[in-house]
Amino acid sequence: MKNPLDSLWGTVISGLILTVVLYVLIKNFLGS
Amino acid sequence: MAGVMWIGLLYYFNFVQVAAMKNASADGTAAGISKHVAPRALLFFRWAAVVTFLAGAAMLGSHFVDAFALRPGYAGIGVGAWLGTIMLFNVWVLIWPNQKKILGIVAATDAEKASARRIAFLASRTNTMLSIPMLFLMGASGMFHTAVF
Repeated sequence: MKNPLDSLWGTVISGLILTVVLYVLIKNFLGS
Repeated sequence: MAGVMWIGLLYYFNFVQVAAMKNASADGTAAGISKHVAPRALLFFRWAAVVTFLAGAAMLGSHFVDAFALRPGYAGIGVGAWLGTIMLFNVWVLIWPNQKKILGIVAATDAEKASARRIAFLASRTNTMLSIPMLFLMGASGMFHTAVF
């Protein structure tokens, strides 16, 4: 599998996915 | 201001310089970038990272520990602060020491330079990825029913 960080689009999309994951974790599990 | 400079230069490296260096290497004009542009950009980049961290710590003030311990009400800004701290680590421990080898500021063999190039590239790309949730969490801390810094 290719490393998504090798492409700019892969990097930006990874960052957006991480943003959503962290948002959900903080909102639901870390007492915001 | 330091935060804008840090992330602005990070985006310059990732969105502009990496591709420009590739093209410049192909037509033999890369020396101008690596001799005159990259060292100056890296100087402001790494020190802006330090100033950003210190300014962020000062803004957190007495809530510094609350944020880093992800205590209730501080998890949003706390995760943002952790991301910024990881990024600062990447700048000083992974990007800068390897860039010194790439740019010839410290002596390195061709094999060491090739490995340094890959490590610095991936650390820089990691920081670009992490900057997206970091900026979101810094800007949107109000959405988490916590103090807005």
